[in-house]
Amino acid sequence: MSYAPGALARRVARDRVRLALVWAVMLAWPFVAPNEYILSLGVMFLINLVLVASLNLVLGYAGQISLCHGAFFGLGAYVSGVLSVRYGITPAFGMAAAIAGTTVAALLIALPTLRLRGHYLAMGTLGFNAILTVLFNELVPLTGGPNGLAGIAPFGLFGYELDTPRRFFFVAWLLAGVVMLLILNLVAGRIGRGLRAISGSEIAAGALGIDTFRFKVAAFSLSAGFAGLAGAMYAHFNMYASPETFSFFTSVLLVVMVALGGWGSYWGPVFGALIYTAMPELLRKFQDAELFLFGLCMIVVLLYLPGGIAGLRARRRAAAPAAPRASAAKEASDGAA
Amino acid sequence: MPADVLQLVLAGLSTGSIYALIALGFNIIFKATDAINFAQGEWVMMGGMVAAALYGAGKMPLAGAFIGAVAVVAVVGLLSERLVIRQLAKPTPLVVTLLTIGIAICTKSLVMLTLGKNPAGLPGFSGDKPIAVAGAAVQPQTLWIIGIAAVVMVGAHLFFGRTVLGKSMRAAAAEPEAAALVGVSPRMAMLVSFGIAAAIGAIAGVIITPLTLTSFDHGTVLGFKGFSAAMLGGLGSLPGAMVGGLVLGLLESLASGLISSAFKDAVAFVVLLLVLFVRPAGLIGKGQVERV
Repeated sequence: MSYAPGALARRVARDRVRLALVWAVMLAWPFVAPNEYILSLGVMFLINLVLVASLNLVLGYAGQISLCHGAFFGLGAYVSGVLSVRYGITPAFGMAAAIAGTTVAALLIALPTLRLRGHYLAMGTLGFNAILTVLFNELVPLTGGPNGLAGIAPFGLFGYELDTPRRFFFVAWLLAGVVMLLILNLVAGRIGRGLRAISGSEIAAGALGIDTFRFKVAAFSLSAGFAGLAGAMYAHFNMYASPETFSFFTSVLLVVMVALGGWGSYWGPVFGALIYTAMPELLRKFQDAELFLFGLCMIVVLLYLPGGIAGLRARRRAAAPAAPRASAAKEASDGAA
Repeated sequence: MPADVLQLVLAGLSTGSIYALIALGFNIIFKATDAINFAQGEWVMMGGMVAAALYGAGKMPLAGAFIGAVAVVAVVGLLSERLVIRQLAKPTPLVVTLLTIGIAICTKSLVMLTLGKNPAGLPGFSGDKPIAVAGAAVQPQTLWIIGIAAVVMVGAHLFFGRTVLGKSMRAAAAEPEAAALVGVSPRMAMLVSFGIAAAIGAIAGVIITPLTLTSFDHGTVLGFKGFSAAMLGGLGSLPGAMVGGLVLGLLESLASGLISSAFKDAVAFVVLLLVLFVRPAGLIGKGQVERV
């Protein structure tokens, strides 16, 4: 995709306004959610949004396959959780440690693998996910092993414990909003353009003077840091963490969510996170056929909607001048459905 | 060699042979598409499940169930290419990789819906009575696994090195347009790649089932191990699949016997990452690594 400079600036300005609007509307959630459970789904959506949006930086913008985002999520949760349960460290410091820890871990993987062209990041991250899963399960004195880590302290604000979904919602709302704003500023600027160039062609990007290695490493470690933040949010919200939440399968599902939402699109992760949050609920309704339907939907979206759900609107707009009637009719029928 | 170490080595060689077969399937599709095929492990699981169903409910003889299962899974592989991958207008490795995740999810749930959620097993190909080899008690199935895997490996080597179809598949993978110019259909080559990879996966699934049982959720782990073996040996290299599989199997078995069974996966993967960092092309990859 290419934009005239003015067009890009207008687009970013429009996205900023939209972000502010969406976030303002979201503030109403605790007041309209009918019960605590639905309210807690809202919190999970915000946490998942941080996860999917940060993975989108690596997968969508830079075009690099990372298969350990679930492990970074888990590392964040366990760093903050273990510090809280075993050493009594307050969640705010735990969260900072979680972000620092995941960023350093990401650097360790990125420095050797991203120097090489090809699937090396996918391989390195796959191995890293496997190792972390074993550590979460087996370092029982620290992590509690397969039974999970219980008794993680909730966030506190001046001695006021944020231990219910209603109280925690505002923290998640604020943190996720900050992350989304940071990502918007990042992808709108030089770094975002550089990453998109790398995803288009690494050789061409290099020829244009982009330090492809540094850009990729920066995007990957930043995205890991955000996943660590999401992990810390999850641990202190749920007050419990268990290894299976952060398995290889989670990492694969997160990749799927980036693709379904629309990779490389700023708003794509919102749809991806919505699906990821709603999926367990929907799956429970459909019982056994659900998994098959999910796989089928995924194939159909990848084949026929290459831009994911976020790409739908752009496609419709592109088709509109050619066939205004057809698209209006489609919108009407969509509305009816 | 002490008997207990010999036992570990034999166990490692047999799981290693399975990993090698899965890695071989991975590599065949990697060569054709440049993509990581997440469905490979599900085809392994499906091979075991279908064979068990044909043998148990279908009352087929063991050899018939084996062949039947491989045929069914090969057809599933062909259909996956024809109905899904072929539909892509512009196949890029990233999209093909994502599509194989979808294929994997569909395959797994289809097996669950049709064959149920219970674990299924098969009897050993020549009984389940352990035999003594130099003081170590060995399941005869272990020897079957190593033998059949060796035959498949040699077969694949001959197929890609000696036959016209195998050579034209390599040509199509290396340079689709040039291959098309000399009359090789890259589409056909792609289709056959999926069929062969699925069939090899199914073979691995059938021969491991007598030792470990199988159920619809076994595929992910197997695929994961097979992919690791493929990268350990060098992605896309056929001898690499064999070496990578055997090394990974031995590492796991020795680590679990001599260090700690809880940490065996961690040991195996730490070694794997080290190899990747020191020799990015894999243990016997050709060394065509581009630095950025």
